[in-house]
Amino acid sequence: MILQQLVNGVALGCTYALIALGYTMVYGIISLINFAHGEIFMAGAFAGLLLVAYGKLNLFLALAGAMLVSVLLGIGVEFVAYRPLRRASRLSALISAIGVSIFLSTLAMLLFGANARGFPEGTFPSRQIDIFGAQISSLQLLIIVTAGVLMLALELVVKKTRIGKAMRAASEDYTAAALMGINVNLVVTFTFALGSALAAAGGVLVGVLFNAVSFNMGLHAGIKAFAAAVLGGIGSIPGAVLGGIVLGVAEISGVALGYSSWRDAIAFAILVLVLLVRPTGLLGKRIDRKV
Amino acid sequence: MSLLSLEQVTIRFGGLTAVAGVSLAVAEGEIVALIGPNGAGKSTLFNLVTGIYRPTSGTIRFDGAEIAGSPPHRLARAGIARTFQNIRLFPGQNLLQNTLTGAHTRGSWGLAGAILPFLPAVRREEGLLLEQAMHSLGVVGLATKAFEPAASLSYGEQRRLEIARALALSPRLLLLDEPAAGMNPQEKQSLGETVREIRAQGVTVLLVEHDMRFVMGISDRVVVLDHGVKIADGRPGEVRDNPAVIEAYLGHRGVGHA
Amino acid sequence: MLIDPYIQQILISIGIGVILAQGLNIITGLTGQLSLGHAAFMSIGAFSGALLTIRTGLPLPLALLAGGVVPALAALAVGWPILRLSGDYLAICTLGFAEIVKVVFLNLELTNRAFGLTVPQPETTIPLPLLVLLAALGVTLFAQSVRSSRFGRALMAIRDDEIAAAAAGIDVASHKLQAFAVSAFLAGVGGCLYAHVLGYINPSDFGFLKSVDMLAMVVLGGLGSVPGALLGATILGAAPELLRFMATYRMLVYGAMLVALMVFRPNGLLGGINLVEFVMRRSGRPPRRTGGSP
Repeated sequence: MILQQLVNGVALGCTYALIALGYTMVYGIISLINFAHGEIFMAGAFAGLLLVAYGKLNLFLALAGAMLVSVLLGIGVEFVAYRPLRRASRLSALISAIGVSIFLSTLAMLLFGANARGFPEGTFPSRQIDIFGAQISSLQLLIIVTAGVLMLALELVVKKTRIGKAMRAASEDYTAAALMGINVNLVVTFTFALGSALAAAGGVLVGVLFNAVSFNMGLHAGIKAFAAAVLGGIGSIPGAVLGGIVLGVAEISGVALGYSSWRDAIAFAILVLVLLVRPTGLLGKRIDRKV
Repeated sequence: MSLLSLEQVTIRFGGLTAVAGVSLAVAEGEIVALIGPNGAGKSTLFNLVTGIYRPTSGTIRFDGAEIAGSPPHRLARAGIARTFQNIRLFPGQNLLQNTLTGAHTRGSWGLAGAILPFLPAVRREEGLLLEQAMHSLGVVGLATKAFEPAASLSYGEQRRLEIARALALSPRLLLLDEPAAGMNPQEKQSLGETVREIRAQGVTVLLVEHDMRFVMGISDRVVVLDHGVKIADGRPGEVRDNPAVIEAYLGHRGVGHA
Repeated sequence: MLIDPYIQQILISIGIGVILAQGLNIITGLTGQLSLGHAAFMSIGAFSGALLTIRTGLPLPLALLAGGVVPALAALAVGWPILRLSGDYLAICTLGFAEIVKVVFLNLELTNRAFGLTVPQPETTIPLPLLVLLAALGVTLFAQSVRSSRFGRALMAIRDDEIAAAAAGIDVASHKLQAFAVSAFLAGVGGCLYAHVLGYINPSDFGFLKSVDMLAMVVLGGLGSVPGALLGATILGAAPELLRFMATYRMLVYGAMLVALMVFRPNGLLGGINLVEFVMRRSGRPPRRTGGSP
């Protein structure tokens, strides 16, 4: 029973982690809370849904297609709404991000209607698997495995590729990276692309898990995923994963204990408490202020 | 009795000892210069005296009272004002606003004053602060630019504005962190005059400065730090001829570096 | 009242917007502490004021006072630990706090859970729309007075450089807390008016988007600028009503408008302009620091 809830929590946490990675990478490089990230996630979910329902693709191809759609959208948003504000105050960029978020969610409502839509029957045949006496749904395993594979892929990209190294350099010191001849604009574009792809994957997985895709799913998932990123230590990739899973498990535990209507408060209460005890998050670096 | 006295003050950051067992006394009305090569612990000492750091051990007394560990704003209230090595103005505000903020401790109306701005007592206090701020700007020769934004000033003027802001507090002790840095010779000369005038008004001055000619010209006493340790303390002439000081400087670079 | 009800509605929407924007401007614009959870204080003010009216039949002015004091006390309690955090961490903490308040109110018997409260129309000697506008005017005068007071200078010093502010003798923690409480007070008054004007409130009305609305007003006009907050609140307070003819498209336009404004005018419409000083300099007089003239 406990194991079953734990798997529930980890599966939910993995979807938070996939979204949180985009927040944390973007924040690490340009210190922007990309509020539109939740909408990129929502767009990915819709793209996946349409590809399965009308494109008749199987779930994995649809997942790849959704990632591609969100990558293009993420790059486009960065180009239109954030790039012109690179030198403006961070608050202006934040407001611009909020504007994009409102724009995209309204657009989705106009295009796809206000009601939640489900994936077609049999998109992913869900079976209950018995592991150590716990009933685990194959859907949850799918989510955990897919998220795990994507996170490993991200790890490889960031650690092993040239552009990944440039990302890490820009995240360490943006100005110095620019002075060293790194094309920081390309790095930022690439970071948005990576984050958007992961968010889209999260969107499709969440859509399948709850069998619901709606225009306003981005707002709450986005805020919680951002909380996960901060919880883990913003700017830290392992931190985002840890934060996502901690939030997911905490939420499911709360629900299992009968506090389901308090669900959203649980995540934020943990966040606030962690920030008060350890303002840099669980895995964040401590920054001393200079005098 | 000395206005400021440090006894065996030590501060460590992790494994690094930035200031090691420094004892130092500054008498009321003195101009004392703190010199030493880069990394000698001068700015750290300022940060200790102004409450930004708490010493690992040792005592710091101001006007007889132990102040080590008191927060910066309390020390400012007690009468310690300072400038910063890397200028810290309020750049979007004009000179008068900067200086008025410096006069904060001279007033007492807080939120209530903002709610009831028309009370005679509030208006009187504002008038007083304004007078104090304009006076401070006058001392550093910036009164005519009172309504220009701080960001529009030249580097040397910004340093002077920082002094005006510190003076507006009506301090008993004024700490100047590299006040002459980035100034041309004329500016330095007029800065020297300003510092003497400030002392003439009864303010004790402790300053960190690299420009030896400036230091030797205005200080009553010079204290030399090297690697966090005090290696000399005396009249400018004595310190200049002190072999330990020459050694410390030649080890890094020559005396007289500007 | 003789004015067209449609115009009345727009004026009320603007008036409440002005109160909220001036309030948020004090903590975010003047003190530089970003709050993404001001809807929580609005909510606390709305519910405490509404409950007093419903349960005790308290006259509106007293309900408004309570609607300000309760959130101010909440701000003191919450602000004490969280105002030590800086920048985005504070923003996220306030956001988290607002979500918690929303969920708590959705679960409390007292606030009638997810059903919300119906608030009876208060009996006032002045017509309600006029009262809202007078309150908005009063709050704006107060905000201007703060800006040119010793208290306000301390807040701006904290915004610009906390270390320099402390070196000038300003108790940074205490001033941040006071600014937060004042700001919450005004958000609460705005919320309380909102409750009485609309006649119905629901905890879900005060979600994240409400906090964003307030922030957008302040940023649109220019952070820290009192006339800016007035202008921003007027534009955005009227926008949803004026854009109503576009029906469902209006939020689309609103979103695009925010982006366009930031891209073309990142410091807000009146950012960096201090109107009082601008006028004073033109007329060749030094600005008087005191007096309540906006």
